[in-house]
Amino acid sequence: MSDYALICVFSLLGTFFAGGAILLSRLIAPRSPDTPSKLAPYECSMESIGSARIQFKVGYYLFALIFMVFDVEALFLFPCLANFRDAGVGAAGGLSALPVLAAVGGFVAILTVGLVYAWRKKVLEWE
Amino acid sequence: MIASLHSLTAAELAARYPATHPVGDWVRAHLAPAGAFTVNALIALALTTVFVSLTALFLVWMERKVCARFQLRLGPNRVGPFGLLQTLADGLKLFLKESFMPREADFFVYHLAPLIPITSSFMVFCVLPFDHNIQIADPQGGLVYLAAFLGMGVFGVLLAGWASNNKYSLLGALRSGAQMIAYEISYVLCLLLIVLASGSASTRDIVLAQQGTVLDWWLFKLPGCGALGFIIFIISSTAELHRAPFDIAEAESELTGGFHTEYSGMGFSMFFLSEYANLFVASGLGATLFLGGFLAPQFGFGPLDRALELVPGCVWFMLKVYGLVYLYMWLRWTFPRLRVDQLMSLEWKFLLPVALGNLAVAAVLVALGWLLP
Repeated sequence: MSDYALICVFSLLGTFFAGGAILLSRLIAPRSPDTPSKLAPYECSMESIGSARIQFKVGYYLFALIFMVFDVEALFLFPCLANFRDAGVGAAGGLSALPVLAAVGGFVAILTVGLVYAWRKKVLEWE
Repeated sequence: MIASLHSLTAAELAARYPATHPVGDWVRAHLAPAGAFTVNALIALALTTVFVSLTALFLVWMERKVCARFQLRLGPNRVGPFGLLQTLADGLKLFLKESFMPREADFFVYHLAPLIPITSSFMVFCVLPFDHNIQIADPQGGLVYLAAFLGMGVFGVLLAGWASNNKYSLLGALRSGAQMIAYEISYVLCLLLIVLASGSASTRDIVLAQQGTVLDWWLFKLPGCGALGFIIFIISSTAELHRAPFDIAEAESELTGGFHTEYSGMGFSMFFLSEYANLFVASGLGATLFLGGFLAPQFGFGPLDRALELVPGCVWFMLKVYGLVYLYMWLRWTFPRLRVDQLMSLEWKFLLPVALGNLAVAAVLVALGWLLP
């Protein structure tokens, strides 16, 4: 439990470390007067055209969806695999792990079908 | 459950590698629990802050030296001995630089973004075992925690890119986001391989499960699977760190600076600092998972083994970490940058299937009792 308490303290440390450095530098560093060209986006030294918040490729969302599937799968696999050796190899010997293996393998296989589907549908091609 | 892998029982392991540091014990013996926790936490905070800052400064210097040698140059050699104070001087200069926000940037998100990567670096730092008794926190789900907070870094990149309202920043952030989430999968699959092998997700347990000779390190002990996992780990963590050959996120020649184009002064420094802190974390993780962490290398030859055991564990850990840091730098200055489509197909069409297959093969072998009897 104290492990997690310490981790919470550390999450604050990172924020204060970065925030403190940025604030301190803001107090110390000299400032030049704000001119329109100083505050313009750093692009091509021409007037920039339009906002940068534009619509972007739908491909990014598709990749994010496949990512979600596999990331959730990985999260599910952590507890399974942490206890895998104990489930099978421990007292009863090799073969008893096979049902566990089949269950976990089946789960991963179903998700892998999703990847194969995306692959065949050419979602994974980047144009 | 760890003890079944080698000759020591769990009690013997605990006696040989005590989990608490003498300083922490002394504090706990002299103060009430709440006070002892506070004092120990303050010690850990102070040490970590100093260590992370110095490590980042040193790594920047090392990168410049290594890169210079690769290009037959000398690198920084004017400020301090061997140019060691160069990054300190650069840091001071950055500290005195004005940091300003472009006109149409989103005020809140623009200022929030640089805090995120450095916070995630500090948080991941907590679970690295520097020695058997030098580790800030050792949660049971260490690797799950680690995967979660390593993944948090991508928020900093995406938010910085979007908030800047600059086309280069947005493009860099999107590419970088796509790259980081893609390679995170094969990264996590490598962590899973080690969880499968050591039967625990706690980083300390994983190191102790590699007790024995060099051949008991997970790199070698899972024949084939371990080495393949290590290679995939190195490739995907290079991509997670967005270092060359996977640096399209900030490809200077096409995107000026990628997601941090609009950051100057300390805001930029925070992204830069966290990149090098993360380089240390990735190397530390590689050493912990595959190279026996703080354990001294043992070769099954009595006198030599005893001599190597005399060197403290944290020295071995640092040696392994810096070995891996050098490997990352070597990769960076050797390979040309990948194109974005090559990068995506490398992960989705090659690394992910290979990593999944590797995990499946390892699981079958463990289930049949052929590995780790």
